[in-house]
Amino acid sequence: MFTWLRGLLLRTALTALTALKALRRNKLRSSLTALGIIIGVFAVVAMVAVGNGARTLIEAQVAGLGRNMLVVFAGSRRSAGVNNGIGSASAITLPDTEALRLEIPDVVAVSPEVTATAQVIANGRNWSTSIAGESPQFLLIRDWALTSGSMFTDREVRGAAKVGVIGSKTAHELFGPLDPVGQTVRIGNIPFLIIGVLASKGAGGNGQNDDDRIVIPYTTAMKRITGDKYVRVVYLQVADAARMQVAQEQITRLLRQRHRLETDAPDDFNIFNQKQIADTVSTVTGALTALLGAIAGLSLLVGGIGIMNIMLVSVTERTREIGIRISVGAQPGDIRVQFLIEAVTLSLLGGLVGVLLGIGAAQLVGAVTTFKAIVTPGSIVLAFSVSFAIGVFFGFYPARRASLLDPIDALRYE
Amino acid sequence: MSTGSQIAMGAQAPVAAGSGSAAMAGQAAAAEPRIPVIALSGVEKVYRTGEVEVKAVTGVTLTVQRGEFLAIMGASGSGKSTMMNILGCLDRPTAGEYRLDGVSVAGLKRAQLARLRNHKLGFVFQSFNLLPRTTALENVELPLFYSEPLVPLREQRRRAREALERVGLGSRLSHRPSQLSGGQQQRIAIARALVNHPGLLLADEPTGNLDSRTSIDIMGLFQELNDSGITVIVVTHELDVAAYCRRIVVMRDGRVLDDRPNAAPARAAAQRARLDREEQAANIEERGGAY
Repeated sequence: MFTWLRGLLLRTALTALTALKALRRNKLRSSLTALGIIIGVFAVVAMVAVGNGARTLIEAQVAGLGRNMLVVFAGSRRSAGVNNGIGSASAITLPDTEALRLEIPDVVAVSPEVTATAQVIANGRNWSTSIAGESPQFLLIRDWALTSGSMFTDREVRGAAKVGVIGSKTAHELFGPLDPVGQTVRIGNIPFLIIGVLASKGAGGNGQNDDDRIVIPYTTAMKRITGDKYVRVVYLQVADAARMQVAQEQITRLLRQRHRLETDAPDDFNIFNQKQIADTVSTVTGALTALLGAIAGLSLLVGGIGIMNIMLVSVTERTREIGIRISVGAQPGDIRVQFLIEAVTLSLLGGLVGVLLGIGAAQLVGAVTTFKAIVTPGSIVLAFSVSFAIGVFFGFYPARRASLLDPIDALRYE
Repeated sequence: MSTGSQIAMGAQAPVAAGSGSAAMAGQAAAAEPRIPVIALSGVEKVYRTGEVEVKAVTGVTLTVQRGEFLAIMGASGSGKSTMMNILGCLDRPTAGEYRLDGVSVAGLKRAQLARLRNHKLGFVFQSFNLLPRTTALENVELPLFYSEPLVPLREQRRRAREALERVGLGSRLSHRPSQLSGGQQQRIAIARALVNHPGLLLADEPTGNLDSRTSIDIMGLFQELNDSGITVIVVTHELDVAAYCRRIVVMRDGRVLDDRPNAAPARAAAQRARLDREEQAANIEERGGAY
């Protein structure tokens, strides 16, 4: 039994050696044939890497928006049949936000937001930036840290204190390398004391730079800068990601009740659910990756057909050799294995080079751009198994044809 | 002991025993212990090309004993090539029975025929049929490569070397066919045919592509091999070639026309010696003329 198995293995090994010799004899042709698979595997690995990179980037951006975050936008109340769009109606009041904080147990942090764009002056320079009025919980909700100083307190919010924390870009524009903490910034004509610097978040997914802003208490912003009585946006944090949906429903119910909406009336606000967005983004980027992979997979198929074509040519060309082998005692299985191994070797070599090129391309993309293409072990394993399968699939027919040649005709073949 | 084994054989093959021929063969074997290398009885081969049936071989009955040196002669279309293919287990008869070393070939699968060719037969072709771009040694190893049970690699090399030495090519082991003359290529082919120690050597027009001097050498090699006990069958249309054989079978239109021993086969060694002498004489004469 074991000697039989060893004989079989040795025989297969010898046949493989013959196949490799045959490939080596036709180096140019072998490499051109493998090129089809190389390009296919390269395309699959590179495309999936790019897709994964895009997905990771977008997911990181969504995650960077905050932690378990819900955002309520005042908005789009229909007045006389005209939809004014999100935020067009100033429907959320400060008592509304207070009610959200106190009456919904899942909500652990609330920050009403008012925003404005203003010219700010400090250190002899001036800069146009975005002013955001927030509560102290804003940093918690947005999962944002300070690099120096501290955040303003609830007490400073109640007192509408003229203090603020500054975004890293704004700080750089106004103060250069100087530490802005303890410095005074004039927003409009009102002096504000800078008490902290926000950590850099990088360019946000919404097209505006998160780092270019000054965050001040919302009370101060409403009173001194915008003059608004309402807030347009409320940031909320939910304690548990699993409770996001429940919290969203509770908020909807509470706000509808407080705004005295009829049962059939539409909401006069919109709720942005970070988890929903993240899920949607994952689905979309996943589909994108799959699409890229599928398109690249087509070129792999073309490569496989190339292998089949060359193997058929090779079988015809080597008809006489096959005849000789059969006449001295090669069994159909021996011939089949020989040609199958040739095809599989071509496709596996192609797969190997393709994977290496794909990894190289991903590295290059990572080095040249800020975008990181990510090669996963899964895509490498997949590329290898697919190229192996292609070798077997497209090699089988030519190999079978070779093994079924009639030795008499084959020996006479010129 | 030998009778016992015959009975056991009959029991193992009840179908063959039922037909009666196996039992008779068994009795014949018991009486005369030599099983013929080849036993053809009523062999026919019909090719079908569309509507037309071509009878290449009709009702050939032929027995070849171990150690014979046989020529199958005939013009083209006489069926000698078909005979060669059937004898070589490359083709199967459409009717009649062919026993190779006592084993009936009918009903064997492709793989089983391949095994038979590998163990019992050696082929020599008119066009040599060596693998191009492959060394002499590797060409000769080829049958061992497909041998079952597998011959260890070192043993393969040793036997291939031995076979090449036997045909006088011990110093050309790593040459490729393209680097060798026709006669040398045919010697490699003969070494390849010998390497697995087959009982039967089948040669199809082995001298067809060679000049007359090399032809004599090759036939001489066959005679040497036959002298050492190997059964040789040469298929040819040349009387010169058949003259070296000890038995001549003439075929025409798919039938055996004539089958008789060759009482005085030509000795290649002697012919070669005479040829050399004549040439030498001619050379001397030429030189004498020049002086």
